[in-house]
Amino acid sequence: MAVLTAPARKSPARSLPRGRRAGGPRRTPPLVLAFVLVPLLAEAVWVFWPALQGFYLALTSWDGVSPPSFVGLGNFREMAHDDVFLSATGHTVLWLVLFGGLSALLGLGAALLLQQERRGVGFYRAALFLPVVFSLVATALVWQAIYQPEGVLNQLLQSVGLGSLRHAWLADQDTALYAVIVPALWRQIGYVMVLYLAGLKGVDPALYEAAKMDGANIWQRFRHITVPQLRSVNAVVLSVIVIDSLRSFDVVWSLTRGGPYHSSELLSTYMYSTAFQSLRLGYGSALAVVIFVLAFGVIASYLVRAFREAD
Amino acid sequence: MAVTSATPTAPRRKRAVTAGFHLGAGALAVLWLLPIALVLVTSLRSFDDIAAHGLGSWPQSFTLGNFGQAWVDGGQQRALINSLLVTVPSVAITLALAAMAAFALSRYELRFRRSLLLLMLGGNLLPPQILLIPVSKLSELMGVYDTLPALIGVQIGFGVGFYVFVLHGFMRAIPTEIQQAAVVDGAGPWQIFWRIILPLARPALAALSALSFTWIFNDLLWAITVLRSDAKMPITAALIGLQGQYVSMWNVIAAGSVIAAAPTVAVFLRFQRHFVAGLNLGAVK
Repeated sequence: MAVLTAPARKSPARSLPRGRRAGGPRRTPPLVLAFVLVPLLAEAVWVFWPALQGFYLALTSWDGVSPPSFVGLGNFREMAHDDVFLSATGHTVLWLVLFGGLSALLGLGAALLLQQERRGVGFYRAALFLPVVFSLVATALVWQAIYQPEGVLNQLLQSVGLGSLRHAWLADQDTALYAVIVPALWRQIGYVMVLYLAGLKGVDPALYEAAKMDGANIWQRFRHITVPQLRSVNAVVLSVIVIDSLRSFDVVWSLTRGGPYHSSELLSTYMYSTAFQSLRLGYGSALAVVIFVLAFGVIASYLVRAFREAD
Repeated sequence: MAVTSATPTAPRRKRAVTAGFHLGAGALAVLWLLPIALVLVTSLRSFDDIAAHGLGSWPQSFTLGNFGQAWVDGGQQRALINSLLVTVPSVAITLALAAMAAFALSRYELRFRRSLLLLMLGGNLLPPQILLIPVSKLSELMGVYDTLPALIGVQIGFGVGFYVFVLHGFMRAIPTEIQQAAVVDGAGPWQIFWRIILPLARPALAALSALSFTWIFNDLLWAITVLRSDAKMPITAALIGLQGQYVSMWNVIAAGSVIAAAPTVAVFLRFQRHFVAGLNLGAVK
């Protein structure tokens, strides 16, 4: 970070339009440097330094009290035989596909349905969007009331004559994970919809006009205009979804804590309970590294995109 | 909801399409609002009513007592104050720091400005799990473990990168000429920042404030990482506690959820336009 204090390059001649963007003075004033350094310091203390430590701790065995002992790749070798880890990884992948895929598809569907400005459309958009502002904890509690053995869902099933489907949705190993995905989707779809709505607004209407003239039907217009035009939004949605999936914690933690018998365990909840409840901080760090590696591909591609846009 | 915009002269087909739209979209909206309505209704029912008739039945009682119970006995009052004590300074400081960095990076030819920008964004994109253990140990080391400033610190540190990135994009779009004119008039960087760039960046700042308010207010993970005592927990953690304290007393739990959701819903309803703009600002840049 010391590089920052190096003086800014001097431009050879005043008249050269080098500062095409930054119209400021050629030499960086100290205040401007401070403007960058202070926030960077805040992030360094709470993010960069802890991240480096996290990578180191992944190579240790540590109970949080006695000094950590270095075990090299031992934690990662242990994972290969850890059934809970393996099933949590499977659940995380399933979560990515189901939660991610469905929120992208349904979010796009909702955006297509609600894209046209017409009477009442603002209300519908707001209704779909409202859950985005709820905390996942509050969301989870709402759905817990719905999933209870004596809850709304079972009462509903009973009243329409499907009483045989009554179920302890969250307590059953076969349904817990899927039952947790539904509230997560309920909250995420509105968010994805907003992203797609903005993307659809950016499509030039002349393209549709031209296609109509050429006799393209509604499906052809969607397939050959909308889909290609949404390519950059798709990239954003994909990044948001993967990052959100790997971070997903609150909703699972407040609904099931990963249970019953780890049947709704994600890597994030397993990492948390390993570290802070079983106090196996080294192994927990190693699990965090796995989450990091899974997220890294997406982060990297997101950064590459940002890199291109930043200049 | 089934109001159609079709005039009597409009072709019948168009009217049918409009009706179909409102039917479909209306059904979707009802489906989405139903869980929210369920909580609101449940929070106003008595325990005996729910115990006797079930959660899904038509309400047969009306009481505001559940809110009192959640508010006082359930400790939600304190938790809500904690949440606001963390959220308001976090939002203010994060945005102030991010605006400073974005100003410097977007308006001056610093060395490595692109790399710095991406480094800061990258920090925000890291999965928080990798930071949990070190952050909790770090706050112990700094003597701030189990204090609200620790939570404020980590919210700032973890959030700032993303806001720098967004504000940078916004500030770069401000024409150079405005700044050059100020320089000719003898304005220093501080005056340019304070009197010119910040006022021009107001829409972006408003959007990000609305967004970051809900994010920080709704956070659970960081709170349970750096806090331990119940008296300091924010509303999200308190809500989980409430669930443990009032097992299957859905009337009190629902009242608690309403209290926990009220501030962010209020922000959303008041700043809906900014809020939606903020999400797009962040993503579809």
